[in-house]
Amino acid sequence: MATAVRNTDCLHARSSDALLICEHCDTVYRRRPLARGEVARCVRCGAELDRHRALSVNALLALILTAMIVFVQANIWPIFTLGLNGQFSATTLWGMIVTMWEQGAQVVAVLAAGTLFFFPMTKMMVMGWLLWFARMGRRAPGFAPLMVALHRIGPWTMSEVFVLGALVAIVKAHTYFEVVADPGIYAYGALTLLITIFAGVDMRQLWEQTPEPKP
Amino acid sequence: MSALPRAVDLGLIGCRMCGLVCRNVAGNAKLDGDGVGDAMACPRCGSTLRRRKTNSYARTWALLIAGFILYIPANVLPIMRTASLNDVDDNTIISGVVELWTNGSVDLAIIVFLASIVVPMLKFLSLGMLLVSSQRGSDWARPQRARLYRLVEFIGYWSMLDVFVVALLTALVRFNVLSRVEPLPGVIFFGLTVVLTMLASMSFDPRLIWDGRNTDD
Ligand SMILES: [Zn+2]
Ligand SMILES: [Zn+2]
Repeated sequence: MATAVRNTDCLHARSSDALLICEHCDTVYRRRPLARGEVARCVRCGAELDRHRALSVNALLALILTAMIVFVQANIWPIFTLGLNGQFSATTLWGMIVTMWEQGAQVVAVLAAGTLFFFPMTKMMVMGWLLWFARMGRRAPGFAPLMVALHRIGPWTMSEVFVLGALVAIVKAHTYFEVVADPGIYAYGALTLLITIFAGVDMRQLWEQTPEPKP
Repeated sequence: MSALPRAVDLGLIGCRMCGLVCRNVAGNAKLDGDGVGDAMACPRCGSTLRRRKTNSYARTWALLIAGFILYIPANVLPIMRTASLNDVDDNTIISGVVELWTNGSVDLAIIVFLASIVVPMLKFLSLGMLLVSSQRGSDWARPQRARLYRLVEFIGYWSMLDVFVVALLTALVRFNVLSRVEPLPGVIFFGLTVVLTMLASMSFDPRLIWDGRNTDD
């Protein structure tokens, strides 16, 4: 648990790295180093305040590069194939998006393109770019706006929901068709695993880990 | 005031984008952050600093009600059509769940039921309750309400499940006259409901739960 700040503490600076504010209830805490695996929780509301950073910048970068490779695979290979009386039908993610557009569900096509392709891709590319420079101890060009953009697109990536959706679709189709799993579904499975690891990483640590540029 | 001071009381603001703790130099920013002329930028990331999310109550209500209105056609209208040689069948969200259940996939039927029915309903009820209780400044079950909000935020996007199922089946079941799947308007309404409820839970400011008349614990 981080220590709560007393009313009497003098806070003269315009901003402070030593303090932490709970985003869920506005309680102010004094930051303190955390032990391995430790998570600091807000005493008032129970929300997570801070957690030990188990992964170094190098490890994060390696994970991001892996995720990018897996993401490309997940997008170029068919997800699964259906067979009926010797006819076969397969689709990739983009095949699915284009079909929805042509079938009059443009809203769904746009939602799928955003949450399954553009936002995850942007997120990974931005993270890779920021981490690449952080590794060299610098802030990447465009650091501040990119960090803000990363924070904004965070909730709009849905690859893990898509994997569960594919599973449901396979089971539904299985009643009427022959179903063959294709490489795309395995790539998506691996991607979900990587996303789960990333879920615990707060990229905002880069604000503290990289030096402020001299004005 | 107890040993847990809040940023509002100390004249501090946490940047919602980068987390930096800043001094509220303007000092007179209104509680819901829509005061004019007191916009202060975060010295680190440049985002506008606000004590509370802008117009949180009005925005959350509007998005929640809009989401609820669209949720009605999403459930009443069919979400997809399965057509084969001698049979055309329109499926709603509920009939999809029933079909999974009767075909023996009880576990998946439960997952789809949770994602498509329980999660949206939980969002409407929870956010509605959080809005009403916070607007009245109630100090009832604050820690539980805070936890409920975090739950709603965490599980909200899983409702997109059925939309992806319909999209995948549409793209795959294309055997000309033998067997085809087409999306129907229900799925569009459902996708929009999910987006609107996600926006609603993002617009709600959980700090409002603790802003009531008695901030002491
Ligand atoms: Zn808190
Ligand atoms: Zn900031």
